Amino acid sequence: MITPFEFEFFRHGLAAAMFAGAVCGVIGVFVVLRQMSYIGHGLSHAVFGGAAAASVLQVNYFLGAGVWGVASGLLIGRVARRRIIGADAAIGVVTTASFAVGIVLFNRFGRARRSLDAVLFGDILGVTLGDVAAIVAVLVVVVVVVVAGYRRLLFATFDPDVAEVAGVSVGRSEALLMVLLSLTTLVTMRIIGVLLISALLVIPPTVARMLTNSFPRMLWISPAVGALSCLVGMNLSYHLDTPTGATIILVNALVFVVVFVATGARGRRSAGAIGHAHADA
Amino acid sequence: MTDALIEFHHASFGYGGPPVIEAVDLRIAAGEFVGIVGPSGSGKTTLLRAMLGSLAPAFGRCTRRAGLRLAYVPQIESVDWNFPVTVADVVGMAQLGGRRWPRRTSAESAEIAAVLDRLELGGLAGRHIRQLSGGQQQRAFLARALIQRPDLVVLDEPTAGVDVRTRHEILHVLADLNDEGVAIVLTTHDLNGLAAHLPRLVCFNRTVIADGSPTMVLHPYVLERTFGAPMEVLSHGGMPVVMDTGLRDLSKRWGAA
Repeated sequence: MITPFEFEFFRHGLAAAMFAGAVCGVIGVFVVLRQMSYIGHGLSHAVFGGAAAASVLQVNYFLGAGVWGVASGLLIGRVARRRIIGADAAIGVVTTASFAVGIVLFNRFGRARRSLDAVLFGDILGVTLGDVAAIVAVLVVVVVVVVAGYRRLLFATFDPDVAEVAGVSVGRSEALLMVLLSLTTLVTMRIIGVLLISALLVIPPTVARMLTNSFPRMLWISPAVGALSCLVGMNLSYHLDTPTGATIILVNALVFVVVFVATGARGRRSAGAIGHAHADA
Repeated sequence: MTDALIEFHHASFGYGGPPVIEAVDLRIAAGEFVGIVGPSGSGKTTLLRAMLGSLAPAFGRCTRRAGLRLAYVPQIESVDWNFPVTVADVVGMAQLGGRRWPRRTSAESAEIAAVLDRLELGGLAGRHIRQLSGGQQQRAFLARALIQRPDLVVLDEPTAGVDVRTRHEILHVLADLNDEGVAIVLTTHDLNGLAAHLPRLVCFNRTVIADGSPTMVLHPYVLERTFGAPMEVLSHGGMPVVMDTGLRDLSKRWGAA
């Protein structure tokens, strides 16, 4: 029997997907706890505009989409700081405009419909060693930043007002997270696709949150869930002949449902314990 | 004159538009215990933000003693209680001076244990913050402030929404800290339960209306100017007791008086 691991394209794709799951799992912890899920969703759409522009201008994909994505992330932060405009509205304006630019450019100048599909839905089997290297590089950067800036990032995420008073530059840590999120989106977009990437940013950390009350443990569980669901999703996709990105997300969704049901009783028990603690005090 | 930690000189603050608080003259000295009272929307939180240095004065001046160590305890209502952190995590996140790695050194862990013991939270370091009582939650956030070894702790409504016993508990902890030389500034709506017991009270409504001991400032004229509602002040064992006379007509209507 031929196993998918005998194919080089599958091995490359699998490595890329697992690293993508891990990096999305780490950065997703901050996205979920800061209640920025919509930003993750929006940024992938924004980066799509950059990918289209890079393709039309025939410049390097990572350079074009990367600059565009980071600029979009910082622009969202800037627009959202205007008190009259909510962060969700800022994300909506910047990212949908950027996405629309991408659609127009692809339709007007795109060479093939296939390239548009690849960006929207991912093209994991076309992954090169260069793509894998890019994902690993971003994963290393994300891990180094999270480990080195752990306390400041945790403080700024949990309690930004107090963190600022304690000497944490909250604006700088937010900008840093936006840059990391943009880079993560950039390198994983070709694997999962623009339309599904936010699921990989949101589901693994949400599963991790249901499994633990500890922030450091979340930072381990979330990338593990992301990477393992990509491993399972890739194999299922091969054997069932289903689209890879969608299969990976369905595996994530299934894990979410199982953990949600399994932790339901425990959650109710701890809610009871909390009520008990309050009553005792 | 005692060492000033913070001084406002006719200072006005806002958020880009017209000033929210105006012509504030206020001086917080080392080791003081100051309560700020005022109605909702009077700019108390803006005043705290100005003290903390989060806002720059639009007009006037605000000076802080060089090297002043400030710590802030936010309103408990503003905390995300579902955030995955234990009591020790909350206190430890403010240990920013040492190494940056996630794992705490044994000296850092010992420091957290000492602060928690001091606030009678010793056995609760590993508990999730949601699993604490109201008084314990407030003390956990106070512990995070104390680990920063502050000269001044600023608390926003520390007794809002807590029962009488918890209010007593919080006030006693703050009084103990103040005895050790830490200056305390807090805001409150609670005139009788809290403000009347403090050594110094500032009545505030967009600016300082009155500043002094409770017996000095809890005066019907000052209270009406501050809260915009008629109030009467009685004396009970030498302590001022504020009566809300605006509700008298209701008592009469319901036959309670």
